Amino acid sequence: MTNSPLATYQPDQRALALIGGEATDANLRRYLHGIPGIDAVGLEARAADLGTRSIKTSSKRWAIDTIIGLIDLTTLEGADTPGKVRSLVAKALVPDPGDPGTPRVAAVCVYGDMVGSAVSALGSAHAAGGTDGVNVAAVATAFPSGRASLAIKLADVREAVAAGADEIDMVIDRGAFLAGRFGQVYDEIVAVKEACRRADGSMAHLKVILETGELNTYDNVRRASWLAILAGGDFIKTSTGKVAPAATLPVTLSMLEVVRDWHRLTGVRIGVKPAGGIRTSKDAIKYLVTVAETVGEEWLSPRLFRFGASSLLNDVLLQRQKMTTGHYSGPDYVTID
Amino acid sequence: MNRLAIPKTYKLYIGGKFPRSESGRVYEVLSHTGDFLANAAKGSRKDARDAVVAARSALGGWAGATAYNRGQVLYRIAELLEGRRNQFIDEIESSEGVNAAVASAQVDEAIDRWVWYAGWADKYVQVAGNANPVSGPFFNLSVPEPTGVVAIIAPQGTESLLGLVSAIAPALVAGNTVVVVANEHAPLSAISLGEVLATSDVPGGVVNIVTGSPAEIAPWLATHADVNALDLVGAGNLDWVELQISAADTLKRVLPPEAGADAATPALNRILAFTELKTVWHTKAIL
Amino acid sequence: MKFLDYAPAPESQALLNLKSDYGLFINGAFTAGRGTPFHTINPATEQQIAMIATANETDVDAAVSAARHAYDGVWSRLSGSDRGKYLFRIARLVQERARELAVAETLDNGKPIKETRDVDIPLVAAWFFYYAGWADKLDHAGVGPNPASLGVAAQVIPWNFPLMMLAWKIAPALAAGNTVVLKPAETTSLTALLFAEILQQADLPAGVVNIITGDGSTGATLVNHPGVNKVAFTGSTSVGRAIARSIAGTDKKLSLELGGKGANIVFDDAPIDQAVEGIVRGIFFNQGHVCCAGSRLLVQESIHDDVIDRLKRRMQTLRLGDPLDKNTDIGAINSAEQLARIRELSDLGEQEGAERWSADCEIPANGFWFAPTIFTNVSTSHRIARDEIFGPVLSVLTFRTPAEAVAKANNTPYGLSAGIWSDKGSRILAVADKLRAGVVWANTFNQFDPSSPFGGYKESGYGREGGRHGLAAYLKPAVRSGSRSIIAADHRTPSVTKKSASAGKKSVSAEKAAK
Repeated sequence: MTNSPLATYQPDQRALALIGGEATDANLRRYLHGIPGIDAVGLEARAADLGTRSIKTSSKRWAIDTIIGLIDLTTLEGADTPGKVRSLVAKALVPDPGDPGTPRVAAVCVYGDMVGSAVSALGSAHAAGGTDGVNVAAVATAFPSGRASLAIKLADVREAVAAGADEIDMVIDRGAFLAGRFGQVYDEIVAVKEACRRADGSMAHLKVILETGELNTYDNVRRASWLAILAGGDFIKTSTGKVAPAATLPVTLSMLEVVRDWHRLTGVRIGVKPAGGIRTSKDAIKYLVTVAETVGEEWLSPRLFRFGASSLLNDVLLQRQKMTTGHYSGPDYVTID
Repeated sequence: MNRLAIPKTYKLYIGGKFPRSESGRVYEVLSHTGDFLANAAKGSRKDARDAVVAARSALGGWAGATAYNRGQVLYRIAELLEGRRNQFIDEIESSEGVNAAVASAQVDEAIDRWVWYAGWADKYVQVAGNANPVSGPFFNLSVPEPTGVVAIIAPQGTESLLGLVSAIAPALVAGNTVVVVANEHAPLSAISLGEVLATSDVPGGVVNIVTGSPAEIAPWLATHADVNALDLVGAGNLDWVELQISAADTLKRVLPPEAGADAATPALNRILAFTELKTVWHTKAIL
Repeated sequence: MKFLDYAPAPESQALLNLKSDYGLFINGAFTAGRGTPFHTINPATEQQIAMIATANETDVDAAVSAARHAYDGVWSRLSGSDRGKYLFRIARLVQERARELAVAETLDNGKPIKETRDVDIPLVAAWFFYYAGWADKLDHAGVGPNPASLGVAAQVIPWNFPLMMLAWKIAPALAAGNTVVLKPAETTSLTALLFAEILQQADLPAGVVNIITGDGSTGATLVNHPGVNKVAFTGSTSVGRAIARSIAGTDKKLSLELGGKGANIVFDDAPIDQAVEGIVRGIFFNQGHVCCAGSRLLVQESIHDDVIDRLKRRMQTLRLGDPLDKNTDIGAINSAEQLARIRELSDLGEQEGAERWSADCEIPANGFWFAPTIFTNVSTSHRIARDEIFGPVLSVLTFRTPAEAVAKANNTPYGLSAGIWSDKGSRILAVADKLRAGVVWANTFNQFDPSSPFGGYKESGYGREGGRHGLAAYLKPAVRSGSRSIIAADHRTPSVTKKSASAGKKSVSAEKAAK
């Protein structure tokens, strides 16, 4: 199904072709409500089943290093300072000083006003959208609530992009979504996407945060995922990390199923980022399994999958040390950022 | 001058109609003292087959009726029986050789038993069903349903009406349809019951009454693949073990013969014997 | 490397402490069988695991006598609460030895360790735990006050869920106050014999449970033994039919849980990804060796292609191989005989014109294996749409309207299970009403629970296992003096006119083709 003519369309044309008209509330509702529903019991059972995969020895070693390379190492605190961000960047570049072979993380994720600090801290290690080095992701659009005017949200995005952000993690307007104003949500994503355009015409990568904990139901998550992809998001992301529950395996599975179906439909690959709540390598491995068995191993690359996490990295490093040395390590043997 | 009486022709009751046996055969029904009472149709295997077809086609409607409706329809029969008490008493007196008081007591008990069963129609599911507390996010309910077409060899003893009622009422309550082979020697009340049913609200085919020889007809019912259950309550004098063996070919539900005054005693278990418990699992989630 | 080629993750066999020979468990002790012993093999490797004894007629007689003696002398006199305490003990011992039992079951049966570990053995413990609590509450079993046990129960079980079927049989029988002689299937006796060790650890009085091994003739001897009051059989419809024949005319109470050809109905508004999972769970769980398998997929024509496409993609992720590997989804077929039957029916499906598709699986060199397979373009008259294959083979049929779905689903002599996939609650309930099947799963499949009655309509058998109805299968109403009073007779069961079984009846030949 990947040779669909939809594959050749521009995102906006594609969306219009799929929903059969302008992106009005009514057209979008018709489209989103025509997508098959989710039975939560079955979804959760499937996620639990995937979680029982036993990843050992060489597979585990590969998984550990892969996880590190997929992490968006994150600090999103009111107390963040340039110093804190420098420390985070240092950790991102050298996760384990005791083992120079440790891979770097995919990106650091900070508030928009910290982008400059992150970029300068990275220096030549700034991947700037490439694969060599570490990217800078900025949360934007009045993160985490998204409760601001569109103008302010767009300004937020433009500033971050101008400051050198390679990736923008925007939030959708959950209030509008829950009220059925799908057109508004769609239009905002389209506008934010446009705001990701740099002076040279290139685009910062757009991750669309659904805040699944507020959408509440899996059907909503699925519809919001479709909506975000239709509107041009490059990634769909579960959560801000500020609302519980944040990422869960079933929610992520449901989003991966959307991404898989989108690929079947259009041939286009969309990324997925579970964020918040993933703290152990054991949990992270369950996500890798879920990705590989749902959309395919191809997705296990920073271009298509990320973990939004802060404490996960150190747990993974402890596991890595265990696998290298053969004995259990302790928290004093990994660095705090 | 004495008026010359008009004797009744006793026929089969199949699919809501009163056909003669397709075989054209009749047999003499004699009184307790050996006097000729009537010619009854001597049902054949083809009559039994037709009865099964009628019962099968009536099943959907009867099983699908609301329990409240089935209860009312069955209760209505008791009303009609009450109105025809004298006819039944006369037939029982003449064919069973009992006095009017005994015959009357039998009719009363038959009517009361019918009422008792009628009242179960909208209750047996509650008593025999269950909500099951399974350890998972599931709504889980077990509910008894009618087995389907039930073939019955009616009690062949002395109390012809009571025996018949005791056998067919419990099967009907759950929504089964019935093919019953009547009391061979005292079939008159069975045919008269058929007349009651025909004028009641019971849809045609729900009860089918075949008169004749149980020994001849029963094997065809026991082997019939479209019969779901077999009540051998009145088959004690037949080779009922062989009937049970035949019934095993399509795994029919079988009730064994009973004898004596306690035969076919009214019991919830008689209703449940011809039900199937269905358990439905449904996922339960708020997300 | 390819991540999806997960590195081997074999479950350790270190905690297994198997003997090289197993005797019969009669009257609380292991004794040698008088029949010819046989090997039990690992169907994934064809390697021998242990020697199993065969019980001949004398042994069967000894087992039934032991059960009778224990019934008269001990078990029927014990209080319900004490019977319950024994069952609770057994439940706990099963939990404590769960991993060992799971490994043994996987070795002997060929099913994946993740199923024995996560489904079979936990349900065994749950079954004993559930019925333990019933033992002193029999007045509420639905058979009237002060119900009576039946006596000695002869129980013959299949090879597809060996220990789980044992639990389904033994737990309610003991709770109700009966004693037991149980015969496991010939190819899967091992865990029943480990269970006998558990009974010794639980100090269960001798003779309350006796476990005799052997082939179908041992089973036939057992169910036909005149000292038996109750027969409970799970297995093929043909053997069930033979048992029903052979005990005709006796007053043995019979429960039969037989074959099936379950319809899994997918409507166009189904939660599609869960439906695909349900289809997979319905037919590939336990290699399709499941009497209630959803072996007929009835999919609404409008979504047929999409469902099949999704199903095939999903099937490509199924991992077939070493059953002891924790990542194995599809284990070995239980026996060469069963594999031959699956192959024969599948070949027939092709000959009849259905389109065959199998997932790409590397088939191990040794052992009995069959790749997960679906047939499309199947019509209702095809053998693969009617016969129970009892393997990982799905027949796909289509329908256009709910009424047609119901008609096709019911168009079988079987009536064990069915599935419904739809987002429309009212339709689910109405369709569930109309399906002639003992278990209907709506938006799920192959769920089991000790509190939930399980059993078939039509040729799938009669009687229920699980729940209070499963308990009632081992009870009879209190014996009371005859009375025609309607109220007093409320719970009476029709009394049997005793007649000795007629001679020369066909005997039960075998219960090998177990379901």
